[in-house]
Amino acid sequence: MLRQEGSGIRMKQAEMLLKKEEQVIFSLRALFEQYGYRKFKMSKFEEYDFYADNRSFLNSETILTFTGLDGKLLALKPDVTLSIVKNTKGGRDVSERVYYNENVYRARKGDGEYKEIMQVGLEYIGEVDAYATLEVLLLAQKSLKAISDEYIMDVSHMGFVAGLMEEIGLPYAQQKAILDCISEKNAHGIRAICKEAKLADDMTQKLEALASLYGSLEETLEKAKALCCNEKMEQAVKELENILHCLKIGGNEKNVNLDFSIVNDMDYYTGIIFQGFINGVPSSILSGGRYDNLLRKLGKDADAIGFAVYLDLLERFDSAEREYDVDTLLLYEDGADVAALAQAAQMLTDNGQSVLVQKKNTGNVKYKQLLCMKDRGLEIVAELD
Amino acid sequence: MQNWINIALPKGRLGEKAYDIFEKIGYGCPSIHEGGRKLIFENEENGVRYFWVKPSDVAVYVERGAADVGVVGKDILLEQSSDVYELLDLGMGKCRMAVAGVKGERPDSEHTLRVATKFPNIAREFYRKQSREIDIIELHGSIEIAPILKMSDVIVDIVETGTTLRENNLEVIETVVPISARFIANKASYKFNNKRIKEMCDLIAQNIEKKDE
Repeated sequence: MLRQEGSGIRMKQAEMLLKKEEQVIFSLRALFEQYGYRKFKMSKFEEYDFYADNRSFLNSETILTFTGLDGKLLALKPDVTLSIVKNTKGGRDVSERVYYNENVYRARKGDGEYKEIMQVGLEYIGEVDAYATLEVLLLAQKSLKAISDEYIMDVSHMGFVAGLMEEIGLPYAQQKAILDCISEKNAHGIRAICKEAKLADDMTQKLEALASLYGSLEETLEKAKALCCNEKMEQAVKELENILHCLKIGGNEKNVNLDFSIVNDMDYYTGIIFQGFINGVPSSILSGGRYDNLLRKLGKDADAIGFAVYLDLLERFDSAEREYDVDTLLLYEDGADVAALAQAAQMLTDNGQSVLVQKKNTGNVKYKQLLCMKDRGLEIVAELD
Repeated sequence: MQNWINIALPKGRLGEKAYDIFEKIGYGCPSIHEGGRKLIFENEENGVRYFWVKPSDVAVYVERGAADVGVVGKDILLEQSSDVYELLDLGMGKCRMAVAGVKGERPDSEHTLRVATKFPNIAREFYRKQSREIDIIELHGSIEIAPILKMSDVIVDIVETGTTLRENNLEVIETVVPISARFIANKASYKFNNKRIKEMCDLIAQNIEKKDE
């Protein structure tokens, strides 16, 4: 009976001790395991050339490099997906489900230095059918829920944006400028570029509408339908409709929004893409999508979809300042009975308290109660409530 | 009201003009006229809170979510390549980013072009597109002196009326990009406060159109 109580206290302590991001790692790993994803452990670095070849997938210019023992240039991994895809044994007939929990090394904007960023994510590699897509989307949604109830998941489809771009047929530089404007929801910017390119008014309006469209999947999908002007776009809407249908049956359509301003690199991403936000975190915390083209590029015959959660963003999230550093500060004097001191500490911790034993009250420890070990025994000096 | 909308405004004339628009569309905050050195003003009735910040910092406050929305010059957005939504062109604070040099002189193309500027990223990007090799000299003010003292060949700076250039015997060589004030929003705030930010955006847009007519 006593033992059980002790372990109960320890569980509670574990919950209190673990930081938010550590708790999230814990629950996400459990979640992914439940759905048959297996942990993927990788080495800390890869050959630099591998990343240099796929720079646009990484979406970052900065890679932390160093020279290996044989003189080869190596890089601390800025991304996990690339390594997983490179090493995957998944193919059309055998799909592979993996998840990871790894540090990656990137320079965040404005920091001017590399940072270690903890990422948790999963990849589904194989034949990505409607079920696989739905499963990954639902897992992304569950991951967000595990962090906070106040979440929003934005969904987009690369086919929709790419379809409209094809229809417009502008040269690459202008297309890139328009895509940049779309990602900023910058309708006036689109207008200016289209005017310069002498694009037809109805196309300009469609582009503006695409950039500005935002709202629940259910309400906005109809509006997106009205923008379709080729088969590629219709196909994309159909896929989104199917997802909405399935989400609704499971009662999961809440907090899922349509937003075509999520634009990832078209060379790699092909179908559904999505982003997750948590109220109180200023940028997207989850990002993912379908990236069949990366597999083609690396010579694999399979499709793939996956997402990553950026846990470093949680560091400042709901970090209620700890009221006390320890429950009890236990002071002693020179020549105190060491055995009695250890016993007292043992007694306190057995009761589930935390205790700090030291000679002097240095004033920089916040405690609930202050005890002093005297010759006659323990003495309560101060008690705060 | 529970949910505050935090609005970052640039200190100075542009910010005051921008505030007038917010006031007109019903997001006024009377205490803002009290003056003094206070930097934060709130109006509990309509749930808005205004901050006065340094113009070049507005985008930082918005990007990091300290402010939900803000008003900032396009020059700052381009220079800092901020990750925010640029929802509206407010059409105020109009000017242009331009290359200027000493009157009558054209820098030769034989040498590396020395460019003095407060906007190194904009200047670098502009000349990268022209495949021109340049040497950036980053300054923080009185840029116009650099070409006079032959420290640089040209400057890349904001030109409003051109008076400062003329008085220092400089002239515009070419325009880099037109500049005006933009209404921006934090990406996460835009999602969680979508109704209010969209409403604000629509009202501002209507207000600007009316002025244009």
